[in-house]
Amino acid sequence: MAKQLSPGMHFMQGNKALAEAAIIAGCRFFAGYPITPASEIAEHMAKRLPQVDGIMIQMEDEIASMAALIGASWTGAKVMTATSGPGFSLMQENIGYAFMTETPCVIADIQRAGPSTGQATKCGQGDVMQARWGTHGDYASIVLSPNSVQEMFDLTVRAFNLAEKYRTPIILLGDEIVAHMREQMSVPPLEEIEIIDRRKPKPVDESFFGGEEVPPMPSVGEGHDVAVTGSTHDEFGMRFTADPEVHRRLVTRLVGKIRNNAESLTDFEAFNMDSCEVGIVTFGSTSRAVYKAVEMATESGIKAGFIRLKTIWPFPEKPIQMMAQKAETIIVPEMNLQQIFFEVQRVVCGAAEVVSVNKIGGGEMLTPEELFYEIKRSVEKQ
Amino acid sequence: MSEAFSSKNYLRDIRFPFCAGCGGTTVATCFLRAVHELGHRDLQGFVFCSGIGCSSWIPSPHFKADSIHTTHGRSIPVATGIKLMRPDLDVVVFGGDGDIVGIGLSHLIHAARRNLDITVIMVNNMIYGMTGGQVAATTPLKTKTTTTPYGGFERPLDAVHLVVSAGACYAARSTTAHVNQLKEAIKKALTTKGFSFVEAVSQCPTAYGRRVGFKNAGEMLLWLKKQSITVEEAEKLTEKELEEKIVVGEFASRRHPSLTENIRAMSKEAKRR
Repeated sequence: MAKQLSPGMHFMQGNKALAEAAIIAGCRFFAGYPITPASEIAEHMAKRLPQVDGIMIQMEDEIASMAALIGASWTGAKVMTATSGPGFSLMQENIGYAFMTETPCVIADIQRAGPSTGQATKCGQGDVMQARWGTHGDYASIVLSPNSVQEMFDLTVRAFNLAEKYRTPIILLGDEIVAHMREQMSVPPLEEIEIIDRRKPKPVDESFFGGEEVPPMPSVGEGHDVAVTGSTHDEFGMRFTADPEVHRRLVTRLVGKIRNNAESLTDFEAFNMDSCEVGIVTFGSTSRAVYKAVEMATESGIKAGFIRLKTIWPFPEKPIQMMAQKAETIIVPEMNLQQIFFEVQRVVCGAAEVVSVNKIGGGEMLTPEELFYEIKRSVEKQ
Repeated sequence: MSEAFSSKNYLRDIRFPFCAGCGGTTVATCFLRAVHELGHRDLQGFVFCSGIGCSSWIPSPHFKADSIHTTHGRSIPVATGIKLMRPDLDVVVFGGDGDIVGIGLSHLIHAARRNLDITVIMVNNMIYGMTGGQVAATTPLKTKTTTTPYGGFERPLDAVHLVVSAGACYAARSTTAHVNQLKEAIKKALTTKGFSFVEAVSQCPTAYGRRVGFKNAGEMLLWLKKQSITVEEAEKLTEKELEEKIVVGEFASRRHPSLTENIRAMSKEAKRR
């Protein structure tokens, strides 16, 4: 196989598209632990990484996988792991460490039905809040949500770019459906794909953990004598575990570098967003039924629209508020029990009625008919 | 020796945080002297990983070098990521018994099994010292600790035997009462190709010694010396007779293809296809 996936059309499985995109984005280290429905990513990386001078290692568990990513990232490599709910839970410890130490890495969480072992082979969208709040302490996360094989490719490249740009872990929140489906996707000419690399320090630079929103990141073995710690540290990496100011300065900056850039991180697809009477806020594989439902509504004379979140966190408040100005009702369909619903309700703040439509278990998707029924019902209520 | 040893070549100008009489400083000195005798005039080319616990403070941030102070027990998998991507660097893990054979035990076994070319130095003070003296996987049976107030009821783990079984290329045990032997063991570990492990049995006068009746660190060191017997002597004793003993010396010194060597061979194969 070629060093990188060739430009043009490909018919591919979602998980493989993700892995190929990672290689194009520059990923050269993968550590992971087998888990359904994410294992194809590890398998594909095991085959492909050695061909491009990269390394794939299967670790003893997900805790070790996340730890190995952190070590590899500090050598300057772009790194990724892939898992599903149970493994994602184990990774939370070192996701917090990566956030605190500003270690770029990409974690693909291919959601299945939880909690616990749940239904291992069936789709779910129940990790939305875990992706946001999974580790302890004050933190902010950037979470991307693909809804097609094409986006498993596109958003993986974006995930690496954001990890490097903001020096932070990025969660690529896929689900079993987008991971296992096969469909066409288009790979642009490689020179047209934007690739961002982390900013390296100049020889005079000494502060790698502060002083600016995203400080430059040295690698080990370059003579910087960098001290990395998950304890509260100053801009030089030195621990200060008692000084309140050092803690405030560090954690406020870490959360701020994501919150302050929420608008530029916002990424969504919209249809009739600010002119619909019934709006839908959707994400991930569920959105595929939304396309059809909105079409059915339009055909029957209902002005329906949607916002599909490609970045779930930071939560795109403004577009949803814009939708609520016109729409009487906003429907939130999810394969979980109201994880995004409450967030939409918070943002809309009473400006529209927010209706939750959920389905969990067995990997059963919400159907276009079910969603169309909800759209019709809400129009009749109006 | 062309140049006299000075710890200043290797240390940042920050004081170690250890209690008076702690064995941590002894292990740090033995390590730096070992490095010096191996001809390193500074710590460039080394990367240190440590976790959570008193002995994790030995390298970080005190050593004038790259150091990664990880989450509790995860120093070995972090070291794995570094070594795999930068096989040219000398990666050394420092950790206590809680870090290495408590919370992080499976990582130790797998690193030895993989024959990852790193050195792990485990400072075994037989207690969770930093958190106030709770029982550890290495605490001798019947010892009173803050979480075994009526005496411990679990047998301690022999970490050296474990890593030998798992495939370590070098494994040795010494104590802070045997500084020369400890230094020599570290030198051998650092020059071993493949996974190397040194257990430094150490004294914690604060959270262990004073609770079991030792008046000071000196008494603990004398006790370490008294309890220690060599591997050769131990061979003549029964399991019962060995119960209270600290067996010191080399338990393995051998050559097997290391993880990075095996990966290099696999990579060549992958590119041929």
